Amino acid sequence: MTTTERTARQAAGGRLTPPKRRPRSTPADAALLLIGACFLLPLLWLVLASLDTNAGYQTRLPEDPSLTNFAAVLTPELLLRPLWNSLLLSAGTAAVTLLAAVLAAYPLSRFQSRFNRPFLYSILCGTCLPITAIMVPVYGLFVQLRLLDSMPSTVLFMAATALPMAIWMTKNFMDTVPLSLEEAAWMDGASGLTALRTVVLPLMRQGLGVVFIFVFIQTWGNFFVPFILLLSPSKQPASVSIFSFFGQHGAIAYGQLAAFSILYSLPVLVLYVLVARGAGGSFALSGAMKG
Amino acid sequence: MGASKPFRQQLRLLPVVPAVLLLLLFLAAPVLWSFHASFTNAALTGRNARNPAWTGLDNYERLLTDSAFPASVLLTVVFVVASAIVGQNLLGLLIAGLMTRARKPVSAVVGTAVVAAWVLPEIVAAFAAYAYFSKDGTLNQLLAGAGWSGADWLYAFPMVAVVLANIWRGTAFSMLVYRAALADVPQDISEAALMDGASGWQRLVFVTLPLIRSSIATNLMLVTLQTLAVFTLIWVMTAGGPSNTSTTLPVLAYQEAFKFGDIGYGTAIASMLIVLGLVFGIAYVRLLKGDKR
Repeated sequence: MTTTERTARQAAGGRLTPPKRRPRSTPADAALLLIGACFLLPLLWLVLASLDTNAGYQTRLPEDPSLTNFAAVLTPELLLRPLWNSLLLSAGTAAVTLLAAVLAAYPLSRFQSRFNRPFLYSILCGTCLPITAIMVPVYGLFVQLRLLDSMPSTVLFMAATALPMAIWMTKNFMDTVPLSLEEAAWMDGASGLTALRTVVLPLMRQGLGVVFIFVFIQTWGNFFVPFILLLSPSKQPASVSIFSFFGQHGAIAYGQLAAFSILYSLPVLVLYVLVARGAGGSFALSGAMKG
Repeated sequence: MGASKPFRQQLRLLPVVPAVLLLLLFLAAPVLWSFHASFTNAALTGRNARNPAWTGLDNYERLLTDSAFPASVLLTVVFVVASAIVGQNLLGLLIAGLMTRARKPVSAVVGTAVVAAWVLPEIVAAFAAYAYFSKDGTLNQLLAGAGWSGADWLYAFPMVAVVLANIWRGTAFSMLVYRAALADVPQDISEAALMDGASGWQRLVFVTLPLIRSSIATNLMLVTLQTLAVFTLIWVMTAGGPSNTSTTLPVLAYQEAFKFGDIGYGTAIASMLIVLGLVFGIAYVRLLKGDKR
């Protein structure tokens, strides 16, 4: 089932048939709340420790809750430069990925070709490649090509790893834009790529946003790739620089570690909420999974 | 427009080129390089780093004789089966199922809590899990509150700790898949079964599960692949230790390549993982193909 059919049916179901649902039950509520509490527990330490200047690995209410930890990490070296690097990496990767994905998805979605099916299936296979497994060979390759410790080459590599899923999602979103509108543009003499830019892309803005944010979140949170490929501290993103709270200064600054973690996590949490609100929960996923 | 028709059709494929180049250069090339390097004694530093020599199947022979590799394969299987196939998959299905019966606001709140663990950057999730399972961490505090003495989870039961942490981290994916799948199950079919006197379990086993079986298969495949590739969580929580009792294949490949500087042996392990990933990938594609008739 395509995304259009699905959304159309959900919309129809929501409007036409009266909401005839089974009565909501209390045991299910209780069980769910218990599960939810279990999922929140590990995050409790993060929040409490960030407010506690004498924090350890114990979860406890801070005796003297303050924002001292947040103030302490709010320096260019500790917080701002790593976050800026994270932003460069993530935005760069998402932009490169989206551009390549849109260009690739257009012919795949619009023109029949013998090349389409094998290409799409190899792409799908590519989404299954365990990226952690290829980091050792990628390191070896980067050493030989002298690409190590370079932001642009890291961005290109991360874009390549995100590309299979992005092409797949973009094609599915593009398939939902009716062909008739574009044919009209062709009649008026627009070339394929002009039609893509002026007709198709504006109609799939939401889908493009989903793909961009999807890649952005993934790159922002990625630890292993920059850890292996970026060596100098001035280029490292927040996911790697977080280790400066260990060792270097002797004792581990738990409170600052927690405060830094929260500041570093906030952007992706906000972005996720944006996608989930704007696109209705499983919409993004249906773009990814349905063929 | 003098170009022949086939040529113009080829021209239409031009926009695919940037994507293909990226994929060839940064995905296909490392994979091929991995297979090549696994037949050499390439090293991280020193003479063998500049001029690796061809050593044939030496690295693969070492895989079979080195006791760390079979142990690591076993740990990887345990990790994937316990945390992905059983843990994330069943818990995700359970949560999605409960959500169809629970009140809307409860579902929304719990859904957010489950998803939060999944959206967090992996390094933050790993630190949170480390703190939770550490000797004087939240879990032991809770157990002490209930009158039980806990254990030093990360040292005494490292696999239990990383399996639970991975369930915590990854269940959201299965939950989202199953929520979408269950929303597609027509209500009237389930109601018809109810009329025929089917119990809750019977409806689940004979009506609902067969209807969402393609989602189940897809989900199993994807969570298996994601879990196979988990590195950061284990590396932060236990670093594969103590004495390799939680060293799954990605951690082993990393250790051999970067800690012991043996890129050749590291890529041999990586190559096995890549092959495993490709096998799953092909199986996944066949599954989707069959799904579309």
